[in-house]
Amino acid sequence: MYVAVKGGERAIDNAHQWLADERRGTLSVPELTIPQIREQMKLAVNRVMAEGSLYDPDLAALAIKQARGDLIEAVFLIRAYRTTLPRLAATQPIDTGAMAVDRRISATFKDLPGGQILGPTFDYTHRLLDFALMAEGEPAPAAPPTAPAPSAEPEPRVPHVTSFLNRDGLIEAAEPSDAWPPDLTREPMELPADRTLRLQALARGDEGFVLSMAYSTQRGYGRTHAFVGELRIGTVAVAVEIPELGFAVEIGEIELTECETVNQFKGSRTEPPQFTRGYGLVLGQSERKAIAMSLVDRALRWQELGEDFTGAPAQDEEFVLMHCDNIQATGFLEHIKLPHYVDFQAELELVRKLRAEAVAMREAAE
Amino acid sequence: MNAHALEGGFTEAPVQSARAFREILEAVARPGTIHRVQGARPPAPLSVAAGTALLVLTDPTTHLHLAGRADCPAVREWIAFHIGAPLAVAEEADFALGTWDALQPVSRFRIGQPEYPDRSATLIVDCDRLVNHGPTLTGPGIENATWLNLPETAAFDANRALFPLGFDTLFTAGDQIAALPRSTRVEAT
Amino acid sequence: MTQASPLSRKTWMATLAKAAPARLAALFPDLPPHAVLRQPEIGAVMVRGRVGGTGVPFNLGEMTVTRASVRLASGEVGHAWVQGRDKLHALRAAAVDALMQTDRADGLTAQVLRPLEVDARTHREIRAAKAAGTKVDFFTMVRGEDK
Repeated sequence: MYVAVKGGERAIDNAHQWLADERRGTLSVPELTIPQIREQMKLAVNRVMAEGSLYDPDLAALAIKQARGDLIEAVFLIRAYRTTLPRLAATQPIDTGAMAVDRRISATFKDLPGGQILGPTFDYTHRLLDFALMAEGEPAPAAPPTAPAPSAEPEPRVPHVTSFLNRDGLIEAAEPSDAWPPDLTREPMELPADRTLRLQALARGDEGFVLSMAYSTQRGYGRTHAFVGELRIGTVAVAVEIPELGFAVEIGEIELTECETVNQFKGSRTEPPQFTRGYGLVLGQSERKAIAMSLVDRALRWQELGEDFTGAPAQDEEFVLMHCDNIQATGFLEHIKLPHYVDFQAELELVRKLRAEAVAMREAAE
Repeated sequence: MNAHALEGGFTEAPVQSARAFREILEAVARPGTIHRVQGARPPAPLSVAAGTALLVLTDPTTHLHLAGRADCPAVREWIAFHIGAPLAVAEEADFALGTWDALQPVSRFRIGQPEYPDRSATLIVDCDRLVNHGPTLTGPGIENATWLNLPETAAFDANRALFPLGFDTLFTAGDQIAALPRSTRVEAT
Repeated sequence: MTQASPLSRKTWMATLAKAAPARLAALFPDLPPHAVLRQPEIGAVMVRGRVGGTGVPFNLGEMTVTRASVRLASGEVGHAWVQGRDKLHALRAAAVDALMQTDRADGLTAQVLRPLEVDARTHREIRAAKAAGTKVDFFTMVRGEDK
């Protein structure tokens, strides 16, 4: 068996060398730099941070480069790296009401305090390939608008839309609390899951899976009919209480996408007629994921809202939460390519034996 | 916070903690053997070995019970700065630290559950000295027999009877450390 | 000349943490003599959101963070917890935090902290101006029959 091990080692070393060559690609083409990926592939970086569940744009960019652009492989690298980091603290809950918004839209109210801000969106592009981006030498970017003189005024808060519906009691409230939430990165997830645990799982869940689950609710699998009450993308401050100081200090800023969906609701056995809410919150700019997350969040709330279980997959907590993590999914999926030689030999023997028995029985009957 | 509490942690955490962890692992794998660990300089009355064991084995998720004179402001502050372990009563502790007398009655400490025998407490018993004389130890990790100056045998005998449940014990003195996992049989000589 | 109000510790620690490492290094290149109480340590903090933006906290995802603590020869202790994995930046921020507790505070406020605050404000305002440019103004449409 030693011969087999040595042969394997040499093959693996050569495979790694070839992988490195393929990753680099044609040598006459300039090598990608981490800042290039971080700045110019920002939405890929965002996805890797969100699903890797670690906010660090440089690390995500590095993972994307190393993974040759395979984003799930990049997420794997980030998840692995994250296990080497000691958990120092939990932050104070971020205040999305204090977000410095880049983008903020509502499908439910046209005129709202703070206004509809489109931000750097793809929404109104024509989706035609822009061959100008293929040519070398893009035009120099427009000079930034001159900054107004620094003022002493604090930045105005952009209030959440749901606070208006809240005033008339038309929408269910989200009461503040300081409860300590469960953490599926520390304790195995057990079902039934608290809504906070479901949101944690969805926030780091595969965008494609969550998107499809959300789409299924719109096609009738689950009876929610959702409006985007508010979608906002921007930067929030992150603060941590420092044990040696006894007070909280801001330690940085992160970009977030938040989506609140408002859902028609005719009331149920236990709840009065109200609008109900779905909530999506994702690290980085990740609009599709945030909207999808809020739809799936709402679908999974059928029980606490006294609704019927229609058998829709998006209402099935076990189905959604057990399959939304793409690292767990690909881990188990890809393991079937590992050597199962002994297992298969056993299967082969069994099939041969069963066939021999069947033939013998047929001959005996004749 | 008392400035002294901010000192005495690892100066080279990756190397020092890996080395100390290895020694503690060896001690638990070979019960009764005495090893040396260093790196921590905790405030009194903690020994270097007890402080090092805390730095290596505890973190903000492990509930720690301080018993007797170990429960003093200087130690609490040192733990808060270097480790961040939440303090707990004996019944809820994952780790408990003190002299053998201060830790009594040890029947308060968690012994695990049938599905999760590991959800139990580890005692860190600070002693005056550790020598290989005294009650006889036999069992897994011990080739024939060894001896360790345990403070008593009755409590450990009773603990062994609970196997696979039970608490596990580390003994510390100065920079020395030895271990008595729940799987070891003890006999007064 | 008006006396600028003294910054609170929370405020200056936040300014230092959020500063671009290269910028802080340029404004404050030389660390004072110091003893290191906590070697710069890279770890993670769990970022929490609130359900519905205002409700129960939930765990959103982790963020890299570096923390360090130093003590000056004169005894003041400085701490820093900064987003990211820049050990030197954390050490530098801790050193400034310590110095802000000495009589160098006014000088540092003027030479280091105010410039950093201006940087941050300028960056925010540039971005806000861009966002404002994309704000939909429903009332600028002129209907043909109004002419």
